[in-house]
Amino acid sequence: MNAPSPENRPPAGRPDPTADLSARLGAFLADQRGLRPADVVVEGLGRLAGGASRELWSLDVTLAGERLALVLRRDPPGRMGESDRGLEFRLLRAAGAAGVPVPRALFCDATGHATGSPAFLMERVAGETLARRLLRDVEFAGARAALTAQLGAALARIHTIDPGDAALADLPATPVGVSPARNDVLQTGLRARTLALEPHPVLELAERWLLARVPDRDRRTVVHGDFRIGNVIFGPEGLRAVLDWELAHVGDPLEDLGWLCARTWRFGSDALPVGGIGTREALVAAYEGAGGEKVDRAALRFWEVAANFRIAVVWLSQSRTFLDGKVQSVELASLGRRTAESEEELLRLMEEPA
Amino acid sequence: MNDRPDAVELLRAVERFLEADAVPALDGVRRFHARVAANVMAIVARELETEESHLASEWAGLAVLLGDAGPTPAGRTEARAAVVARNEELVRRIRAGEADTGSWREMLLEHLGRVVAQKLEVSKPPRRR
Repeated sequence: MNAPSPENRPPAGRPDPTADLSARLGAFLADQRGLRPADVVVEGLGRLAGGASRELWSLDVTLAGERLALVLRRDPPGRMGESDRGLEFRLLRAAGAAGVPVPRALFCDATGHATGSPAFLMERVAGETLARRLLRDVEFAGARAALTAQLGAALARIHTIDPGDAALADLPATPVGVSPARNDVLQTGLRARTLALEPHPVLELAERWLLARVPDRDRRTVVHGDFRIGNVIFGPEGLRAVLDWELAHVGDPLEDLGWLCARTWRFGSDALPVGGIGTREALVAAYEGAGGEKVDRAALRFWEVAANFRIAVVWLSQSRTFLDGKVQSVELASLGRRTAESEEELLRLMEEPA
Repeated sequence: MNDRPDAVELLRAVERFLEADAVPALDGVRRFHARVAANVMAIVARELETEESHLASEWAGLAVLLGDAGPTPAGRTEARAAVVARNEELVRRIRAGEADTGSWREMLLEHLGRVVAQKLEVSKPPRRR
């Protein structure tokens, strides 16, 4: 283990949480690889921005001479049980095996015994995640041109992951006999009514619109659950890795395509529905071309409306977290006013001719 | 009556301070939050300027859909509570299926489009086309 440099050393008498985590990771990696502790070096451990619900740490390790650039994804200590890092680790492996571009998942501490709370380590993929840079920077003109097709192809690969794989048995799934689409709308509607502090006629209309148009299909695959700009790493050439699998579940694959088209993920570039960079036609063509099912356009439209409905409820939920006094953040406070953006999009989509 | 500067003018001063002084002096999350705070000041200023006319317009739209209930109640708190009560009635009728088809649905969509546009006029999401 390398000692912290003098300027990083904590004040005397106070424990340094980073040094402690660094030491724990060193011991864990030695144990995983069957190495002597002296053969493991952990360097440059530092917290990364992002990861609102999970901690992200960057680190470089040397394991008996082999150098690895890694990211640690870890539950915030004391906040466990919402989702399962062991499952996310196995899912990343299954996705990699299915040909989805993902960071290689390398080490898993699902119980958190070694690192303090449930965590896993994956390869650190170089690149950018910020939508603003993708949409505006000259450097990413090539990525803007390539990404819609690459995202469509990646989704087609994700939907080939076997939902019956025993390693993925813990993925949440709608009970057999219940339509995942109908279930999604009912759950979202229930959350809306539980969370909202004032009546929302647009959301009521959207819920009825959706319930009248539940697609008559029951195809079930692994669904990423949060597949969008912001959750992928890209470089100037395009897609490098799909991240943030913690909302994955078994459901209707078109849910992922609809979510990717939701207005929020266009970050202001509303003329192009797929993440502000592409058309629905280009997305569907790439998805079908990469082996995805022939996309039923009415079902896709259903899932796009359902996505905007769910996002409206996310704004309500963020707003409640602030109003209930749980988190006093000016950002959280401002998000309640974004509900109107989802409402505007829902009205627009409902009024489009079928 | 309070002296000038009025509430909107004071908020604009805070917004300018946050944007011109605080944002450039901070970095990372605090810089981002300072920018959000400046935006929140602008939202509050626009709300103060428009709330009375927006509430009156929503009240009038609800009267067309639900029947006349008299003039907009005087006072901001009273007007807000009255609009909430009428929107609850609107939601009951939507849940009863009255807005599933027909001309009332068309009128309702038009009304809600106006109300949402007014909310967006206040919250002003960033847009690029």
